[in-house]
Amino acid sequence: MSNETRTPVEPAAQPVVRCSGLRKRYGKRTAVENVSLEVSRGEIVGLLGPNGAGKTTVIKMMLGLVTPDAGEALLLGRPAGDPAARARVGYLPELFRYQPWLSAAEVLSLHVKLARADVSAQERQECLELVGLGQRVRDRVGGFSKGMQQRLGLAVALVARPEFVILDEPTSALDPLGRADVRDIVLELKSRQVAVLLNSHLIGEVERVCDRVVILDRGNVAAAGSLAELLGQRELRLHLTGVTPAATARLAETTVLDHTGDWITVALPADDDAIVPALISDLAGLGVQIHAVEPGRITLEERLLGILRKADQ
Amino acid sequence: MSTVLTITGLTLREASRRRVMLALGILTVLLLALSAWGFSRLAAESGGTMTSGEARLTASILLNLVMFGFSLIAALGTAFLTGPTLAGETESGIALTVLARPVRRSAFLLGKWLGLVTFGGGFVVLAGLAQCLVVWLTVGYWPPNPAGALALLAAQTTVLLTLAVLLSTAISPMASGVVAVGLFGTTWVAGVVGGLGASLGNEAIARIGTLSRIFLPTDGLWRGAMHAFQDPSALMQFGDGDGEAFPFLGAAPLTPAYLVWVAVWVAMLWSLAALSFSRKDL
Repeated sequence: MSNETRTPVEPAAQPVVRCSGLRKRYGKRTAVENVSLEVSRGEIVGLLGPNGAGKTTVIKMMLGLVTPDAGEALLLGRPAGDPAARARVGYLPELFRYQPWLSAAEVLSLHVKLARADVSAQERQECLELVGLGQRVRDRVGGFSKGMQQRLGLAVALVARPEFVILDEPTSALDPLGRADVRDIVLELKSRQVAVLLNSHLIGEVERVCDRVVILDRGNVAAAGSLAELLGQRELRLHLTGVTPAATARLAETTVLDHTGDWITVALPADDDAIVPALISDLAGLGVQIHAVEPGRITLEERLLGILRKADQ
Repeated sequence: MSTVLTITGLTLREASRRRVMLALGILTVLLLALSAWGFSRLAAESGGTMTSGEARLTASILLNLVMFGFSLIAALGTAFLTGPTLAGETESGIALTVLARPVRRSAFLLGKWLGLVTFGGGFVVLAGLAQCLVVWLTVGYWPPNPAGALALLAAQTTVLLTLAVLLSTAISPMASGVVAVGLFGTTWVAGVVGGLGASLGNEAIARIGTLSRIFLPTDGLWRGAMHAFQDPSALMQFGDGDGEAFPFLGAAPLTPAYLVWVAVWVAMLWSLAALSFSRKDL
């Protein structure tokens, strides 16, 4: 037996989910073409992309709810099709509906039973309080608003002490206060080393809480990386007058992102601090009048739109 | 197994909380009261004018007629309950979170099926037993094999709901209910037509009934149940061969081979349903 086979893999080093080459077609329509991604323990990963990019299908393939045509997904070290793989996974679906004839407490009790978890009534109560349903424990789900049902869905995802939580559009029906609550819950999960995969159209939300982002477009991974990697490109806004042809040529040496009137926005590489003083000095030397120099950072939204528009061209 | 029982309990709780049990209970009490009144009138108005054989024949036919009502309620009820509870949950998204737990789809399906069998079978047995008691109290008639008859009625409900479960894994909730009930009715009509063919000595027409009873055993089980409910002399009273043509008399008891076929049929359709459901993309 070789040393490699005898050395056990550190459980903490194993990703909670690893997908490779996932593909899914529905008839002639390709929902997911080729998706590979990983989420590590304690990591919060954002899944972004336009409508129909295949985000929900990828999530369902991870959970064994949809069978991939090709590729494989390993969930907590087991094939996604193996029910045991889902024992420590919490899931809030995009289409959240719970048995309307049960009370909130009964829904949680059902999920604790199905997950075969040992969760006391007290813990279940605390879980409902965490999502703001502490006063509605005995009320039938049929009488809940959409927002309350989504809060209940969050409680369902959290109640069985998951190691990995998948939240598919978790704030679509929530008010701003509810969104802030979800943000706090996600950060609290991270502090307990629980991994989270967050699919959301609210990019600001993703930018605030995620360590890494995977951008899907037309069933493919269009970009992936940490926020620092994806947002590494900085920008510089310049208010200039008296721009000579020589100055225009100098500006063209950088990446001009926008030119509106006297305002010019250029992109700056993340790792070159000398470029700004050199550019300003050169422009001043070429007789350009510099009224304002404003450093800026590309937002995740701008980056996402840039990636998606580039893919469209 | 605990998952199966959890889902079974959930299905029964759904039937109870959605007031299906209450609605069926009220309907049953109404039907029992109506039949009690009918049987008591029959006993009062025919006093002395009917022979004991004629009275037993009439009681047998009426008992079978009312039992047909109960079996129809059970069949329609479970067929239309199966759609919403299985296909409906899949369509609405309720099943997503349940099946995202460490739950085998076959266990989920078995739990739902067991819940429906308990509900439908339980209803038909209790309502049927109550009806037997009503008949006994009003006209003093007690069927020769009530336990066997009620078991066959429960089996008939099980057969139809197994078909509805299979259909629910493939088509919409409404369509599954409509197709199951449509096939149930068609098989019953085919059975009556086949009985007419047999009494007229037309083998081709008689074969329609035989084939339909193999294709969907609801009518076969119903005829077996009627035979167990009716007085053994009823067929002779009715006249040679004519009893077979009458839709509310069973011509013969069921053979063990047919009962084995019913068990195989249920197992086969359930396995197909489990296969179809396990391959379904949610």
